[in-house]
Amino acid sequence: MHGRPRKPQKPEEAEASAVEAAKLRNLQSQLLANHHQKNYSKEALEVSANLLEMNPDLYTAWNYRKLAVEHYLKESPSDIVSIEAILNEELRVAESALRQNVKSYGAWYHRKYILSKGHSSTDHELRLLGKFQKLDARNFHAWNYRRFVAGLMNIPEDKELKYTTDMIDTNFSNYSAWHNRSALLAKLLNQKAEGYFPMEKVLNEEYELVHQAIFTDPDDQSGWFYHLWLLDQTVKTNPPYLVSSWPPHSFNVALSRTGCLDNHTLSPFCSFHSDSGTIPLILYFDQPVQGVDSSSVIVKSTANLRDLIWKPLSKCNRDASKAWISHLTFPQEELNSEFYSVEVSIGHPQKIASATGFHNVKPTHFSFKVAVNLRGTPTEDFGNEGIRWKDENFTSCEISPHNFPFSFDNPTSEDDYAPSTSEWCVETISNEIALFRELLSETDCKIGKLTLARLLMAHAATSPHANKMILLEEVLDLYQDLMKLDPSHVHFYKDEHSLVLLQKVTSTRESLLRHCYSYKEQTSPYIDSAACLRLNNFSISRIGSVEKFLWVQVLDLSHNELQSIDGLESMQLLSCLSLSNNKIGNFTALEPLRLIKFLKVLDISYNEIGSHSIDTTRYLFSSPLSHSEEIDLSSDEMATNFTDMASYWEAYFLFKDISLMQLDIEGNTISSESFKAFLVKILPKLHWLDGKRVQ
Amino acid sequence: MGELATEKHVQYILSVEKRKDDFQSVVMEHLRMNGAYWGLTALDILGKLNIVDADEVVSWVMSCQHESGGFAGNVGHDPHILYTLSAVQVLALFDKLDVLDVDKVTNYVVGLQNEDGSFSGDIWGEVDSRFSYIAILCLSLLHQLDKINVEKAVNFVVSCKNMDGGFGCTPGGESHSGQIFCCVGALALTGSLHHVDKDLLGWWLCERQVKSGGLNGRPEKLPDVCYSWWVLSSLIMIDRVHWINKEKLIKFILDCQDTENGGISDRPDDAVDVYHTYFGIAGLSLLEYPSLKAIDPAYALPVDVVNRIRLGKRHAI
Repeated sequence: MHGRPRKPQKPEEAEASAVEAAKLRNLQSQLLANHHQKNYSKEALEVSANLLEMNPDLYTAWNYRKLAVEHYLKESPSDIVSIEAILNEELRVAESALRQNVKSYGAWYHRKYILSKGHSSTDHELRLLGKFQKLDARNFHAWNYRRFVAGLMNIPEDKELKYTTDMIDTNFSNYSAWHNRSALLAKLLNQKAEGYFPMEKVLNEEYELVHQAIFTDPDDQSGWFYHLWLLDQTVKTNPPYLVSSWPPHSFNVALSRTGCLDNHTLSPFCSFHSDSGTIPLILYFDQPVQGVDSSSVIVKSTANLRDLIWKPLSKCNRDASKAWISHLTFPQEELNSEFYSVEVSIGHPQKIASATGFHNVKPTHFSFKVAVNLRGTPTEDFGNEGIRWKDENFTSCEISPHNFPFSFDNPTSEDDYAPSTSEWCVETISNEIALFRELLSETDCKIGKLTLARLLMAHAATSPHANKMILLEEVLDLYQDLMKLDPSHVHFYKDEHSLVLLQKVTSTRESLLRHCYSYKEQTSPYIDSAACLRLNNFSISRIGSVEKFLWVQVLDLSHNELQSIDGLESMQLLSCLSLSNNKIGNFTALEPLRLIKFLKVLDISYNEIGSHSIDTTRYLFSSPLSHSEEIDLSSDEMATNFTDMASYWEAYFLFKDISLMQLDIEGNTISSESFKAFLVKILPKLHWLDGKRVQ
Repeated sequence: MGELATEKHVQYILSVEKRKDDFQSVVMEHLRMNGAYWGLTALDILGKLNIVDADEVVSWVMSCQHESGGFAGNVGHDPHILYTLSAVQVLALFDKLDVLDVDKVTNYVVGLQNEDGSFSGDIWGEVDSRFSYIAILCLSLLHQLDKINVEKAVNFVVSCKNMDGGFGCTPGGESHSGQIFCCVGALALTGSLHHVDKDLLGWWLCERQVKSGGLNGRPEKLPDVCYSWWVLSSLIMIDRVHWINKEKLIKFILDCQDTENGGISDRPDDAVDVYHTYFGIAGLSLLEYPSLKAIDPAYALPVDVVNRIRLGKRHAI
């Protein structure tokens, strides 16, 4: 029982409880009898009122009273005086039930039901609420009812906002009031209501208010989430923009058939193999956007390209996504190796907008060239050996900046990937940074450090003049501190730390180049002259900065602490991936791979697949459990292998979408001989399994 | 730290069923169907469901069904979606869904969907995002989800989302862990978790862990064993459960056991009840406590039961 001490009942207590129980039981049987006999006499109603006072949660009794109300309203529809008396009596019963149990859903709803019958007395309702909210300022039933009454009585939003100010002034530790404030303010800002425009002025005042709460008691969580919300609103005043693309601006791509060695290749970072003469075109925005289609992205080319179909790079979200993909198909009939130029412009006409539809994307224009050489015939040969992820097989590569797949400058022209941040936004974030530094100089609190880390990241992302490297270093230190200061949440800070670390690696050309390699042995056409990125042994628990990795074809993430690979689906060029020696707990964690159609080689050896009874990615994976995948009845596999399917359904759904040629799975609990036999059945193109050639 | 007093809890759950004369038992009589679900699911997780007479339970459950197709909380009471789900879940535990007239139950649930996609709890029209989850889960167990307007149902749940990434009862309602579980569950069952800001909600949820290791339901509130379920299952569905300290939470739950008479309470040394007993045991299952059956965070039923229904042979053929 909530909040009741555990102690053996004394005999006199037991006796009293039995007497009460008998009384209650008697009332309950009377109620049910009256209910079934549709007896709405005065005496019968009295029974239900007494009963509800004792047991306000008894929903059948509330239903009975509603039936009685309807009965009497039907009987005397025009007698206003008696209707008023009936409704008043119901409000009285509901009120006394609430005095008994202020958390009774049934009693609160009964009041709502009566009010919506046309009984209205705002003052009375607000007075009653005042009483209840004084007793418990956090009662969410009372707050819900307050919103209902405000809506019913057309109380203006700014008046209700004022009420939240009063509540916060009385006691800032009132999360319910902060919550209601955010909901009301969002509406008022959206409507550009009088006194709530411009947004910048309003937000500045809100920062002032929430500072008082956080700085008075930094350990009280009431203001934490409101401050983060304000920061989000501040950053959101900027329009979405294109962060990166593949191919990138002013880039030359060599397109050749799979398995055809091309001596003219400029660098591994610009070659792309495809049998169909198709290259992906990927747009990556700083925030989810909607409205990407062939009319909002204008693609002009010297080659005759068909109308492009744009798809979001996420399996279930059809509306808004950070990453969008289309495919450019080049003519195959012309045999001459030739450069086609492609120009892409977005933002004219202004159809692409943020997920909320509030801002249009910043207009951007970029162009690249594609050398098409589709001579030769494609080969199915996978070479004599599989890919081996040993250090000695990778050599660091020297490439000229011109051939590097994206720019690191701080571009200012309209033609480049860059945000357009308002001065107000930059200034606001700077002010906040200064304030939180001051707070931290006085007290070593976790919310101070965490907020400062978030502010510095926002500053790095939005300010054109920030020294990103120095900011990121400071944020990394803050997360290190937080891991020590608040060890219960160490993995939260670790995940954040990983994201910052990846931003740091990708923030300069030099630091990223240290992780770029070529594969030494050119025995397999699938890895030949491919662009390799190695982030092995990098102590990351999470993937980020994928917008900087769109060009990667071979990725080594082995020896990290990854449990999931969210975001990897944006790396559409990926053909070989090592996740060996991580903390992947289930095949469902590999959902992003289902969107990577070029993937041929996968190493997931030495993970934790099969070791956990609880699967934390079960619902982030498309399957019949979430109605996002149906079992294919026509499949032979389904018909003949039910036992296997029951144990290995995750692997089945994952691998049926990927045509892998090489897979390493050893070192996982699940990896038995029968499981391997199952894999061979569902992966018809598999050449290598755990280093052995598949027969 | 003690161990889970499995045998005591089994005895406690069975004794609750028999005890009918004290005041609390009478107060709870109208929601016996919920009680059956809590107690029986807890027994199944403990591996002891077989000590219950399945036929007796099934026939009592069926005696609570009304002509409308909905189930009441007990014989003689009115039907409500809350008890309809519990009834379907209890039948699912015993692999007895075939005793149901599926169309009848489906029609009852389908009839409760409103124009805006939300669901009412019963004919009286109370709307709450809890009922959206319940309707979606109930129909999922019956393979009838396509009978409602799923898109509208999802949009309503999304409209209950707040600035902190959590969800409330209705649009504008404050985030609450129980409500978050329902909304995240509804989105999980419909393949719509992309609507959840996992990092924002994950941070809010992991900050529910207080110094004692227990979880609270809202900021600046006391911890309570039932949130072991609401918060943990939500964190699992969005893959952020590693953001809390599992060992400390296990210790908190075990500290809430009545090791003498069985049962688990909301906080150490409070009076036990079957609701907290279930949520404590289910929480331990989510924390991978040894020798407990795994429970599914969205269906709130043991994983083997869910897999049998959603991935099993019967469905495919």
